[in-house]
Amino acid sequence: MPVIKDAVCSLCGSLCDDITVTVEDNKITKIENACILGHSKFVGMFEHDRIETPMIRKDGELVPVSYEEAIEAAAKILVNSRRILSYGWCSTSCEAVSGAIELAEETGSVIDSTANVCHGPSALAAQEKGSPSASLGEIKNRADVIVFWGCNPVHAHPRHMSRYSSFSKGFFTEKGRKGRTMVVIDVRKTDTAKLADNYVEIEQGSDLLLITALRSIVNGHEDVVPETVAGVPKAEVLELAETLKNAKFVCIFFGMGVTQSRSKYKNGDAVSSLISDLNQHTKAVMIGMRGHYNVTGFGQVATWETGFPMAIDFARGYPYYNPGETGANDLLVREEPDAAIIAAADPGAHFPQKAVRHLAKIPVIQIDPYANPTTEIADVVIPSAIVGIEAEGTAYRMDAISLRMKKLIDTRFKTDEEIVKDLTAKVRELKRGA
Amino acid sequence: MSEILIKNASVCDPAQGINCEPMDICIRDGKIVERVSGNAKVIDAVGKLTMAGGFDGHTHSAGKINVGRFINPNDARKNPVPGLSGQVARTEKTRAQVGYNTPNTYAIGYRYAKLGYTTICEAAIPLLAARHTHEEFKEIPILDKMGLSLFGSNWQVMEYIRDKEPEKLAAYIAWGLKASRGYGVKIVNPGGGEAWGWGRNVTGLYDPVPNFDVTPAEILIGLAEANERLRLPHSIHVHCNNLGKPGNYATTIETMKLFEKVKPSRDRQALHVTHVQFNAYAGTSWRDFETGAPMVADYVNGADHLTFDLGQVIFGPAVTMTADGPVEYANARMLHEKWSNQDIELEDASGVVPLFYSPKSFVNAVQWAIGLELALLVKDPWKIMFTTDSPNGGSFVNYPEAFTYLMSAKRRAEVISGFSKMALDRMVLPGIDRELDFYELAVMTRSTQSKMYSRPEKGNLKVGSDADIAIYDLLPGQVDPSTEYAKVKQAFSGAAYTLKGGEIVVKDGEIEATPKGKTYWVNAKVPKSIDAAMQKDIDRKFRKYYTVSKANYMVEDSYIQKPVEIDTEGVF
Repeated sequence: MPVIKDAVCSLCGSLCDDITVTVEDNKITKIENACILGHSKFVGMFEHDRIETPMIRKDGELVPVSYEEAIEAAAKILVNSRRILSYGWCSTSCEAVSGAIELAEETGSVIDSTANVCHGPSALAAQEKGSPSASLGEIKNRADVIVFWGCNPVHAHPRHMSRYSSFSKGFFTEKGRKGRTMVVIDVRKTDTAKLADNYVEIEQGSDLLLITALRSIVNGHEDVVPETVAGVPKAEVLELAETLKNAKFVCIFFGMGVTQSRSKYKNGDAVSSLISDLNQHTKAVMIGMRGHYNVTGFGQVATWETGFPMAIDFARGYPYYNPGETGANDLLVREEPDAAIIAAADPGAHFPQKAVRHLAKIPVIQIDPYANPTTEIADVVIPSAIVGIEAEGTAYRMDAISLRMKKLIDTRFKTDEEIVKDLTAKVRELKRGA
Repeated sequence: MSEILIKNASVCDPAQGINCEPMDICIRDGKIVERVSGNAKVIDAVGKLTMAGGFDGHTHSAGKINVGRFINPNDARKNPVPGLSGQVARTEKTRAQVGYNTPNTYAIGYRYAKLGYTTICEAAIPLLAARHTHEEFKEIPILDKMGLSLFGSNWQVMEYIRDKEPEKLAAYIAWGLKASRGYGVKIVNPGGGEAWGWGRNVTGLYDPVPNFDVTPAEILIGLAEANERLRLPHSIHVHCNNLGKPGNYATTIETMKLFEKVKPSRDRQALHVTHVQFNAYAGTSWRDFETGAPMVADYVNGADHLTFDLGQVIFGPAVTMTADGPVEYANARMLHEKWSNQDIELEDASGVVPLFYSPKSFVNAVQWAIGLELALLVKDPWKIMFTTDSPNGGSFVNYPEAFTYLMSAKRRAEVISGFSKMALDRMVLPGIDRELDFYELAVMTRSTQSKMYSRPEKGNLKVGSDADIAIYDLLPGQVDPSTEYAKVKQAFSGAAYTLKGGEIVVKDGEIEATPKGKTYWVNAKVPKSIDAAMQKDIDRKFRKYYTVSKANYMVEDSYIQKPVEIDTEGVF
């Protein structure tokens, strides 16, 4: 009965690496240390709606075929298309991402990640103002003031607060939660907000106002701040600024409540500027609360292979990047792609209606372990092994620390890495034939 | 069995004392040999300068360069050096390329190879983030690679030094090198990285590190002694305290002096001081800033225990990236630039800030002069490694341009003619008429590296060495570098041939083949009992303070491309 220690959980961007897994008869029978989300991923893979076999849509119905047939059909779609969108790749390994980029380069595609509807604006913010950050252990060991802004780790990253932030105990933070001030800034009183020492409730879409007011105060210009900012009384804003300035070490964790609300990347830009200003008084860093377990990894691999973290257009033979023009939704809303390859993501469930409507019109290749709304509009469906359970590979935690995902059990499914390699080889073969 | 015969080359190989002499070079199965059979492929190198492949011993090409790329997408489109920068579409042989200071991984491999370089050393690997460095290494084609692991603000290091446990310290270094698959010990602003954990810095060699009761001087000497105890192939590699501050030449000389008493355990230097241009500043502020190069060079001329590299400035855009966290914050505030920071738990700090070196700025002009002054005032080229600390002083693709500054007083005068009087008053370069020859250039770009990294098979053309060879379309004796510097720059910008491990990878300045390079790392042997005692200490560190488990910290074998394990036997 093999017991595997220090397994890495492939659910969220926290990438907890202390999971103990017991395997019996190639089944996971016991999971220790995982949170409820991680636990359900480890056990759920036996219960969820796995795609059992490769499929091709014939006369409107998905019909089971072999891997070879599915890959040939997918390669034909790619070779016969002129403007391909490759999207997703955030719940899979860096090795698969690398293969996907090579395929995109080979086919002159646009490749984009789920950051398009998530932390994409954080990347734009970093390009404007930089990214003053730290590894999560710096927060664990030093931070006495922790701010969760527009995020809800109690539900989205359940072990974050105990492993890395609010409740964790470290070298200079041996009292754990008792020695820390926890601030939550949000539009609603989330379960995370309920645990805070200071919950700052702001009006929807007014984050930029509050950040700007805080910057003014931190930089000694409190006189320009009006009596109420973002629905928060000035006295409260002043108090928050004092908390930040008087801290020994501040970390602002920011989520999609900041990146996807009004002002988008300008919010992140302003948070980065606030961090820079705060360092005149104390030590401060910021970390984005990344969702998919390897969305950070996609950004890393894409950046070293192409120079850009997302929305990369290979139509010119070299990488061209202009989010707003070359993002997945930008293309779909313009009805530009004539084929799409979707892997480890579900735009069918998460993209705007207009984008999904165009996706439904064009040939779609799906690579995924699970059936989801995208399967309903896919023409070729290729099931894959689950990284971190059935396949090994690299993933990047939200703080850009990479870890090796373990293979825990055997599988009959091909890995994303193998599928994308086979697909590239088949595309090259067909091109040579042509 | 693959054989190549390079015929009638004009060979410049300082390791053998060969100074531009006509010779044949024989290659079999990737190595240089005495003779080859009649079936060997022949490269006619008549009239061509032939050297060992270039070896960049201090460059930032994997790891935090990715932060540089991430925050500077504009760099991807920059093309100030046509053929060696900007966007290049994929071909049958090559992947797509972008960038100038922070090129993508493929472009790094292709462009170094075009310059005739075949080996690089990434100068800073944070242990916890080492896997990332090796992932990028795997995607850099052609070149052989090695990396230096950061130890200068590491808690375990500082505790062992404070508690006077030199054997455990050595065991920890050995373990850290293995965990990160590193080649040597890098120290950046010793103690400063930890102070930066609280937004502070250390001010010099004897300023205590907050909470750890050690000084930068103790960290330096402690690590140097551990380095020698382990008989590591490279000495400690030091980025001095107070980098980038006027008046810091005094700290630099003080640091160099500290090592007069350290005895190297191998035939190499006891200390390598890096990018000294940034650490050879005189004056007391940016107002009265001036060169400190003559003082540093004067000391180095009288010392024989150290080597150093330049960190030469190239005018135009650059991206600074260093484990010196506080200096990057100061840069960003001073220059109103974007700022990235990435402190690593228990280990070190780092930052990335883009900037622009303008010949119109008297500070930048003096910085440019200081690098050249160091190279020209230090008499022995075997103490000097040529670098731009790419991309801190400027991108490596400008090496050919920088070579012309070293080889031609006339070329320098042309550049200097654009400087303000204030700049000229603060430098000594205009009074220096020394011009390097090809032999000295070969020393600084290949031979010094072979010696200082104890890689006898690299950086020279001896029988038995790796057949890493650069052939330039340039004939010493017929081209006068002091006047015909345009020809020199052109020849070095696109090698006629670059051979990597006996394979032609560049021909007429274009990429011919893209083999995978090797990764060198050092496995230093430590007695089991000492290792076990040290492991107990770090087990506690992992349990209580790290956010990854020890088992997941070690870089796995699968990440090391074509590994070359260098074993050393420590003295305990």
